[in-house]
Amino acid sequence: MDIHMFSALLHTMVTAGTPIVYAALGELITERVGILNLGVEGVMLIGSVAGFAAASQFSNHWIGLGAAIIAGAITGFFYAVLCVGFKVDQVVAGIALTTFGIGFSAFVGKPWLGLPLAVPFEDIRLPILADIPIIGEPFFDQDALVYISYILVPILWYFIYKTRPGLHLRSVGENPRAADTLGINVTRMRYGYTMIGCAIAAIGGAYLTMAFVPTWFEEITVGRGWIAVSLVIFSGWNPLIVIAGAYLFGGLDAATLYIQAAGTNIPSHFLAMGPYILTILVLVLAARKRKGGLGPAALAIPYDSEGQ
Amino acid sequence: MKIKIEKRLDVPFILTILLPLIAVLIAFALSGILIKTAGADPIAAYKTMWSGAFGSTYSFSETVVASIPLILAGLGVGIAAHAKLWNIGGEGQIMMGAFAASGLALFYPDLPRPVLLGGMMILGFLAGGLWAVIASLPRIYLGINEIITTMMFNFIAGFWVSYIVQGPWRDPILVAFPFTAQFDKAAWLPRYFGTRIHLGLGMALVAAVVITILIYKSKWGYELRVIGGSLKAANYSGINVKKSLLLAMLLSGGMAGLAGMAEVSGILHRLQEGIAAGAGFSAFILVALAGGNPFGIIVTGLLLGALLTGGTSAQTMGVPPQIADILQGLILFFALASSFFTRYRVWIDRSKDKSAIVDSGD
Repeated sequence: MDIHMFSALLHTMVTAGTPIVYAALGELITERVGILNLGVEGVMLIGSVAGFAAASQFSNHWIGLGAAIIAGAITGFFYAVLCVGFKVDQVVAGIALTTFGIGFSAFVGKPWLGLPLAVPFEDIRLPILADIPIIGEPFFDQDALVYISYILVPILWYFIYKTRPGLHLRSVGENPRAADTLGINVTRMRYGYTMIGCAIAAIGGAYLTMAFVPTWFEEITVGRGWIAVSLVIFSGWNPLIVIAGAYLFGGLDAATLYIQAAGTNIPSHFLAMGPYILTILVLVLAARKRKGGLGPAALAIPYDSEGQ
Repeated sequence: MKIKIEKRLDVPFILTILLPLIAVLIAFALSGILIKTAGADPIAAYKTMWSGAFGSTYSFSETVVASIPLILAGLGVGIAAHAKLWNIGGEGQIMMGAFAASGLALFYPDLPRPVLLGGMMILGFLAGGLWAVIASLPRIYLGINEIITTMMFNFIAGFWVSYIVQGPWRDPILVAFPFTAQFDKAAWLPRYFGTRIHLGLGMALVAAVVITILIYKSKWGYELRVIGGSLKAANYSGINVKKSLLLAMLLSGGMAGLAGMAEVSGILHRLQEGIAAGAGFSAFILVALAGGNPFGIIVTGLLLGALLTGGTSAQTMGVPPQIADILQGLILFFALASSFFTRYRVWIDRSKDKSAIVDSGD
């Protein structure tokens, strides 16, 4: 493999990893506030169709992005109504959201099925940075959504660990009763961050239809939402590790494409199993490292302000 | 005046009937809006769905046919649910069961018919069961969330079946299609009443009885329910938790595997891509709605089957069949939300106590 090939491989790694970066960051925020959303797959699908539909309707991918964010936030609002307002079992609610998202996106997306997007996010070469040998092009000759993800990761890390509102966010996820006693509005925080988390996860879906593929078809996410959920556990709920993990999956995608292009006897079906096997390996690794892999203490537990 | 929310101590019987009905009505109302935006008349579409599911003997028989894999796999999800294990790997277990059963049908068609069909059932059950056991090993030994691992195994099984039907077991005549050759007639489950209703229905009913006895009358079933109640209590009381859970997953996946066997042997008569067709997910939703009781699973399974057949016939009205998925998701949403009202009492406090006066003062 020569240098150019290696650069191309890294470039695909970043593009293939980016939808997972967004989905996992969104899930991370939601889980940090104590809400488990196993419906990321559904949220991504809703974002993917909303983004594609709006972008092709208005011939503008930024409008598509806005539509995906709004669709994600609305989905998050209803999910929060269920989990915070009605205090339902979050595991079951998440599966319901996945099923709904699969059906809803297929239903709404019928008119756009298989059409190409005329106005996808195109690569923008960043001066100077893109000229760095080997890693310049893969990381700095990318589309705008990739650059936004570079910025989003450190901002979220700083927000969660170093700011006062970030401390409040963590405290609601760890010990809502203590947070409540300190005057933090647990209900409002959980609604707000679930909506923000779902909006970000929806960008992950929109990235598939507006940059990576860029077309729309049914169940285009093929399990990336679930990969995102396990990456959050793997990362120990830390955004910096989330992006590294997402690129690991992106790298596997890129390597698969490379192996197929190079010609091989391995049936493509077996190569396609890779990400799902890696997901389980990643979870096993996380469990061995932390002996059970503990998340926010109040994760998936509804909060009763009136006591027992 | 103030809205008060209190935990209920007992649930009025009328609520346990009224709330699910209201949940279903709201779900249909909301889907109606979607159907309207898709350019069809919701009332007419629902009428078509109703007659597609219940309108004639034939359509009702198709509803039963659609519900057979849901009930079989749902019974399996229910077993695991008693121990608070969420098996959402039904899709994969159905596919692996179908794969194993198809192997026997394709390569040993000359076995005596009872041996062939019985062997297909056993192989289907074992393949689905082992697939579930492997997927739950990380949960049982390392405490890893079984929802994610069973889900990942769905994708792996999907690619495996695709590989098999496009590669080694491809139909030698219709090579362009992603399916195997048709099974010999000997490997077809018998059908009844001149409809497509097949022996799978009988398998589901027998399994429901056996599972009811296992769960509610056997020592293992008791242990399973103790584990589901409190893992700590189960450990203290000396129950071999790992063994109980492994057996639960074996039976759970085995039932889904049997569903896969019934689909290939009773309906399709060959192995093909997309064999599970969402039945594994519907089985999960079924148990989320009905709980772990086998007879609740049968009744709810028939209703979900009706939704699927109705959804298919709504296509004639220009409504995409995915309306069935949307309805399933929404019904589960509202059923979950409505359970809030069985757990909590919501009432408006009109008494003019101090807090009420303070409230109206500002």
